[in-house]
Amino acid sequence: MFFQKDIETMPRKQLEELQLERLKWTVDYCARNVPFYTKKLGEAGITGDKIKSLSDIQYIPPTTKADLRDNYPFGMFAQPMKNIVRIHASSGTTGKPTVVGYTKKDLEVWSDCMARLLVAVGTTCEDIVQISFGYGMFTGALGLHYALEKIGCAVVPNSSGNTEKALMYMRDFGTTALVATPTYALYMCETAKELEYPMSDYSRLRLGLFGSEGTTPEMREQLEKGWNIFATDNYGMSELQGPGVSGECEERDGLHFCEDYFLPEIVNPETLETLDAGETGELLVTTLTKEGIPLLRYRTRDITRLNYDVCKCGRTSVRMDKVKGRSDDMLKIRGVNVFPSQIESVLLSIDKIGPHYQLVVRREGFTDTLEVQFELTDSSMLEKFSEIEKLQKNVQHRLQTVLGIQCKVSVVEPKTIERFVGKAKRIIDLRNTK
Amino acid sequence: MYIKQISIFVENKPGRLADITGILADNKIDIRALSIADTTDYGILRLIVNDPDTALEKLKAAGITSSITNVLAIGIPDEAGAFSDAIRTLSAKGINVEYAYAFITPEAGAAYVIIRVEDNDAAAEALKGTSIKLIGQQEIFNQSK
Ligand SMILES: [Zn+2]
Repeated sequence: MFFQKDIETMPRKQLEELQLERLKWTVDYCARNVPFYTKKLGEAGITGDKIKSLSDIQYIPPTTKADLRDNYPFGMFAQPMKNIVRIHASSGTTGKPTVVGYTKKDLEVWSDCMARLLVAVGTTCEDIVQISFGYGMFTGALGLHYALEKIGCAVVPNSSGNTEKALMYMRDFGTTALVATPTYALYMCETAKELEYPMSDYSRLRLGLFGSEGTTPEMREQLEKGWNIFATDNYGMSELQGPGVSGECEERDGLHFCEDYFLPEIVNPETLETLDAGETGELLVTTLTKEGIPLLRYRTRDITRLNYDVCKCGRTSVRMDKVKGRSDDMLKIRGVNVFPSQIESVLLSIDKIGPHYQLVVRREGFTDTLEVQFELTDSSMLEKFSEIEKLQKNVQHRLQTVLGIQCKVSVVEPKTIERFVGKAKRIIDLRNTK
Repeated sequence: MYIKQISIFVENKPGRLADITGILADNKIDIRALSIADTTDYGILRLIVNDPDTALEKLKAAGITSSITNVLAIGIPDEAGAFSDAIRTLSAKGINVEYAYAFITPEAGAAYVIIRVEDNDAAAEALKGTSIKLIGQQEIFNQSK
């Protein structure tokens, strides 16, 4: 199923011509309307004319989240307030929020992008879709909301928070699709089970439209078993527009980019050098039509890979892998890039291990060492030392397979690893301390 | 005839043993026998106490990884070779002792040993008719009074 088939299946060559034309426009538009870019592009000597091919994008200096913060609140806007019709903000864990503004056209593009991705996973006008993202300054809920209405779905804007009420609507309305973070969807399932609600009450639920955070394969399996649904992921961030930058199709073999609106590239996160197609690195995205807040080579900090092969679904757009980690979380240990998310996925796949873990990186002599600590919560292993040792060896072996380096695996007592609300800070890097 | 033994996961860091025994003391739990086996990073503490169910409840409430298992307590004469006789009796019947720890008793001339085997019933059966006697939970504590 397609929402805008012509664009979604446009031959690659034609698509790239369109991207080049839009890239030139965006460069000049930025230089003309955003003092930050006037200066930056001027210094680099870049104008739209100088961009002869898409690969010339590498000469444009990247934009970072810090640039948005430094220009708080409206410094990066390219349009006067009379043309801005919506403002969103993402709360940073540190410092000022990043603020984004949309023109009428931006909102139109946004809901088109999101609608394409929703239809690509099988959403239709027959669906009753419950949105369990928090409404408000966060882009998630409204981003999905308008796209779902555009498709013709019945939208239930119940927001996040009151889980029992959400479950009641879901049962009584016969909700068929759920919009949530995968974590919250799992929590809803656990709550339903704890309250002893029969899962048959939710038999009409068939589709999970998850976003805002990635779903690990382990979580996906739990979600699909728990709710008996087809779980899908979509990707985006408020700086770029919100959800709808990329998303899975029914093949679930990577997330299709809305490439006529966003130009993705992969760079080495340390040197910012452009990497060849198929290599893993940091995702940079350039907006191609945005009017409110256009961004050139925005550093997403997400680590992924791009696949330009035509998908089985018929879409010609490039697909990104599930995000492998964050470049700001990335650890370099003995020359190997290690992402905490890889470690998490190993730990979550092993029974008898609690969800809390911590990584300690040390420098011993001239060698970096990585210690993974997890809590021993399963008391059935106390009878024999060998049981605990077997578990440690198992974890160590699987980590070595996934990471390619050996690490120390330690078991610690329950509740000794600090609990984090929100984004967990699980890494203790002691390499540059004495 | 079994004795309830408590096993506790303890990290090797200063004060942990004191914390754990402190929880038991606060709840008026009397420790009769204790053994700790450890590696460089952690250990497993094994305890025989007067009220194992309450002890486990309090330990769990404090977030400590702990469990109860049934073990055997045997009484042997406090003399050379007695323990090895007991072990030999068991191994003759194909019963393997995973670990054991002894503690003295106020009873003159006798020692008590906690033994952990895979099959308590088979071990009890093997010891029947020998000079080795099985000691019950109450017995251990009565004698200490
Ligand atoms: Zn596809």
